[in-house]
Amino acid sequence: MEMTVTDVEYVARLARLELSMAEKELFAGQMGAILGYVEKLKELDTDGIVPTSHAVPMENSFREDSAFSSIGQEKALANAPDRAGSFFAVPKVIE
Amino acid sequence: MSIFDMTIHELHTALKEKQISSVEATAALLERIEAVEPHVGSFITVTPEQALADAKTADHLIAQGQCDLLTGIPLAVKDIFLTEGIRTTCGSRILHNFIPPYSATSWEKLRDRGAVLLGKLNQDEFAMGSSNESSAYGITRNPWDTTCIPGGSSGGSAAAVAARQAIATLGTDTGGSIRQPASHCGCVGLKPTYGRVSRYGVIAYASSLDQVGPLTRDVADCAVMLGALAGHDPKDSTSVDTPVPDYSASLRQGVKGLRIGLPKEYFIDGLDPDVQKAMTAAIDTYRRLGAEFVDISLPHTDYAVATYYLIATAEASSNLARYDGVRFGHRAEADGLLEMYTKSRSEGFGSEVKRRIMLGTYALSSGYYDAYYVKAQKVRTLIMNDFSAAFAHVDVMLTPVAPTPAFKIGEKINDPLQMYLSDIFTIPVNLAGTCAMSIPAGFSASGLPIGLQLIGRPFDEATVLRAGFAFEQATEWHTRKAAI
Repeated sequence: MEMTVTDVEYVARLARLELSMAEKELFAGQMGAILGYVEKLKELDTDGIVPTSHAVPMENSFREDSAFSSIGQEKALANAPDRAGSFFAVPKVIE
Repeated sequence: MSIFDMTIHELHTALKEKQISSVEATAALLERIEAVEPHVGSFITVTPEQALADAKTADHLIAQGQCDLLTGIPLAVKDIFLTEGIRTTCGSRILHNFIPPYSATSWEKLRDRGAVLLGKLNQDEFAMGSSNESSAYGITRNPWDTTCIPGGSSGGSAAAVAARQAIATLGTDTGGSIRQPASHCGCVGLKPTYGRVSRYGVIAYASSLDQVGPLTRDVADCAVMLGALAGHDPKDSTSVDTPVPDYSASLRQGVKGLRIGLPKEYFIDGLDPDVQKAMTAAIDTYRRLGAEFVDISLPHTDYAVATYYLIATAEASSNLARYDGVRFGHRAEADGLLEMYTKSRSEGFGSEVKRRIMLGTYALSSGYYDAYYVKAQKVRTLIMNDFSAAFAHVDVMLTPVAPTPAFKIGEKINDPLQMYLSDIFTIPVNLAGTCAMSIPAGFSASGLPIGLQLIGRPFDEATVLRAGFAFEQATEWHTRKAAI
């Protein structure tokens, strides 16, 4: 399957990735080859087959509605690259 | 015998009879790690202080007469398992500074039984790979031949067992990531049924396929480890609430009358002659032990790799969206929020991870979702049906783990599709959600280990372990040691 640099740029934007020109060209070739390979699934007639999203058929899994303690704010924020008091700080979003 | 050569059950006996202490055993393993690590590269982080503290606690318990099978046993876990207070990278630069605030249930269960943590093992980045070459922390080498790959993605977990740097280890298996490295490194590796072991605190790759399992020196140890790991966890809603049998108790029941299926799609022309030879010898061994062989077919086998690389990458692209530089992990300098996301991800992820995120994003994108992702989910149903139909006639299946022994470092790194095809015999089991184990079954002419795969019915790990144990008792492959 043909995959162009423009296709790669479009997917990279969706995936929030920035690729160098060399990476874009490499990925165009490699993704084209892999997508060409997966085309073989089209040989199979899957009309009326129910898709499987999960190996073990399961209904909703409920627990008792009882309170329990969580890890707490300090632990949750301990890995924050930047924080402001009890919040995660990020670059300005709105001017 | 050196302490580091021991199995769990051997070391347990020695600890219980107070021939050695856990501190002595742990010190012996730490020394061994230091000696061979420059040649192997199994670890990302070694935790000597933690290990010796754990060992002291264990010795205290043993002195009080509390010597569980895992008390004082030095283990190591793949760096995909969260370990509170100990850096956990998942083999990625994007988590180079991540100190988890809690631990994975699977590791906690081992620790609650008194196990000692030696450190965190090397792996392919985010468990994406079959060779351990995609780690951001250096490659791992095969202890049997250091010019070869150990397999992946739990390459460090297998290499550490083979190089006797840990008594046993934990890995994860999404498309063969426990069984393939176990096969290439000559150890035992079990992928339990999906839902058998909690995934809580295990960094997610493809959530509908990921499963935790042990890598050990023999099947008896594997049974001990699975017994400790298995069971429902309220923190993982996909873990299944079904009874956990006593795996060690049923090991010795033999294979007389056991119906073993040989799926014809797994004995293909492209199979390496040494692998073929090992399979033929294994079949003879089982026949001698009284097992019956049945020819079966899993007709959709040839579609499994394509199905896997759509489903796994789609789930990965979604799971890895959380690495955006906001709450933890690497954050790039940027002026705006969108630029921060994009730069943090682009700097933090390696090439294979980017490639899989891209493939998954494409498979889920508008206009392609039905043609790729839903189509793959439908073929997954066909593959599952193949297994349930075949298991109506057999108790267990016997197949090769990989089409070839370990390949050379660098051999497939530039051809992702060829790399993906090396998982052709392990991937279908993950798609079907059932259990399978790799056990040592011979060596290639050049001295590389060859593994045999036993596939069981969902939640019937007991039969797989029993069949593996019978083979092990009749052969001596598992007793051979890499000359490192």
